[in-house]
Amino acid sequence: MARQSIDAFIAALPAEKRAAVYAGTKTTHEKRAQLLLDHFVDSDRLRRWAGEIKQHVLENLDTYLPQVEAKLQANGAQVHWAATADEACAAVHQIMVAHGATRMVKAKTMVSEEIGLAPYLEQRGMEALETDLGEFIIQIDRDHPSHIVRPVIHKNRAEIARSFEREGLGAYNDDPETITRRARQHLRPKYLAAGVGLTGANFVSAESGRLVVVTNEGNSRFSLAAPRCHIALVGIEKLVPRDHDLALFLNLLARSATAQNLTVYTEFISGPRAPGQPDGPEEMHVIFVDNGRSAILAGDCREILRCIRCGACLNVCPVYRQVSGHAYRSVYPGPLGAVLSPLLAGEQFAEKADLPKASSLCGACQEVCPVNIPIPDLLLRLRDRGKREHAPAAAAGTPPMGAWALLAAQPAIWKTALAAGRILNHLPVKLIPVPALRAWVARRTLPAWRGGEFRKWMRQRRRS
Amino acid sequence: MSDSRERILGRVRDALAPLPRRAPLPDWSEALAVRRGTREAGDLWALFAERLKAVNGTPLTAVPDLVALLEAGGWRHGYCDPALWPRLRGEFPAAFTVETEFDRRRVDDYQFGITAAAGAIAETGTLVLSDRGTSCRLGALAPWVHVAVLRREQIVADLPAAIAALPADPNVIWVTGPSKTADVEGILIEGVHGPGREVALLLAG
Repeated sequence: MARQSIDAFIAALPAEKRAAVYAGTKTTHEKRAQLLLDHFVDSDRLRRWAGEIKQHVLENLDTYLPQVEAKLQANGAQVHWAATADEACAAVHQIMVAHGATRMVKAKTMVSEEIGLAPYLEQRGMEALETDLGEFIIQIDRDHPSHIVRPVIHKNRAEIARSFEREGLGAYNDDPETITRRARQHLRPKYLAAGVGLTGANFVSAESGRLVVVTNEGNSRFSLAAPRCHIALVGIEKLVPRDHDLALFLNLLARSATAQNLTVYTEFISGPRAPGQPDGPEEMHVIFVDNGRSAILAGDCREILRCIRCGACLNVCPVYRQVSGHAYRSVYPGPLGAVLSPLLAGEQFAEKADLPKASSLCGACQEVCPVNIPIPDLLLRLRDRGKREHAPAAAAGTPPMGAWALLAAQPAIWKTALAAGRILNHLPVKLIPVPALRAWVARRTLPAWRGGEFRKWMRQRRRS
Repeated sequence: MSDSRERILGRVRDALAPLPRRAPLPDWSEALAVRRGTREAGDLWALFAERLKAVNGTPLTAVPDLVALLEAGGWRHGYCDPALWPRLRGEFPAAFTVETEFDRRRVDDYQFGITAAAGAIAETGTLVLSDRGTSCRLGALAPWVHVAVLRREQIVADLPAAIAALPADPNVIWVTGPSKTADVEGILIEGVHGPGREVALLLAG
């Protein structure tokens, strides 16, 4: 029986990393739960509404996408469409070239990770600098984020301090405050020298065309205060119908993500800077990215597109807590990633067909999800698909079920087996040659095998 | 790119066409989505101040208190919105250097920045800044201390009210306390890229 790659990963994971991820996720999860309980009469209802709103958006994207495009254009933004990751990267590159820019400051955006934007621009002689502290650390280490909200959850302060020292950001100092101040100093001139500021969008209102971008550090605001050109990369699923709906989503997002009432900076952007404002972009470009989303919309797992990337399902997941993000070999880890990553892989689905099995199906992910995604159901659908498509990764680590399947699929054999099972009642279980099993049965009484009795009862009942 | 537009919208239409019906938009209740105790509050400034303090922000109601805070921190060089400075300058001692034009070549010279708020949200202790109302984005972001000048009637109770009152402005930003991160081992550090101190100064009319 081949081992699942996630099991191989965890066996090699240093104990201290595992402990760091476990502690970090558990604390955030517990604070989140307490906050929602304290602040709202019925937070469960809020997340069900939020889920229904997103489902409505997804099922009406054919109306909302052209609507938001028209709004954005009326607001003075230029709208671009990218069907694939390559098209999205090329669109960004073209805008930078047209703008005469070679340097970009980037706020945290998962879609830019997904499309591989920074390496794409670097290969073409451009600088794409991460400004979120965690993402900055990831970038200088040539690492990958292991959590969608806390990218360096897997690193401790000593590792970060060594990286800063290596990059010439000062002598070794592992005080988190010193690390933060050094990043602040280092990045200030970078913002001012950059021609382009790049952000994602947490939400886009189809009604007004407002993009909503939230950050705690203020890096997205700086990226929209110093550079003269703003590019926003937006997945086509990010829409909400009305501005009004944003109140519900913003109340849920920060509490779910970081156990805050509201993220520190919540920015509503509907166009280039106002007349008279000396700072900020004169040009605004919005790139709507598909990259596999429309295919997901066409399938039976479209609910995953409701995801607002809060990370609550990562923090609560017993599997994520043990294995951490890199085990998922994808931009999106955790329960949401176990669904989304194989789907986004498109024709390479088989390579990630093991991910839906990285779950105990305990259901905690759906319980905490602010948009109530039925993640366990979706995981089961993808397991099924993996089996049907005979993906080797979907079978790895699964006990052989062939004999059982043979019995269960043929009524006559099944009935015979049920009756034959009575033999078990006469087995000398106290003499099992495996010591551990013998110890186990010594203290327990196994129920008698009563296979076939229910069928007999049914037959008699029908007769009478 | 227009090819891509047609391709994406075509795929979306094809994906949705087989659906027997589309999920309706639910009518959610604002009252349930607002934090307990918010709508019952009598004095919005008092609630705002309490919630701002809870996120390590500083509510003040008099200019001398602001001057004392800046002096205590040793922050004597700053930027002030030219429209606000005439009102404040009389109460600032001569030891202060206050510029009314922000020079982006010297962003780190400014230890504080004073700009006008476009509103505030009591529920979360949030300051609302709009592009038309903020004399310069960098002046409200780059200095260590940001002071937003606020009038009592600008405060709304909660997020739904604040969304309904979003100014017709290409850029509105809600600021809830100082800039922060917990990226390094989950330890909270304030003043990452933006201000380490966020002050709301309530002034009459």
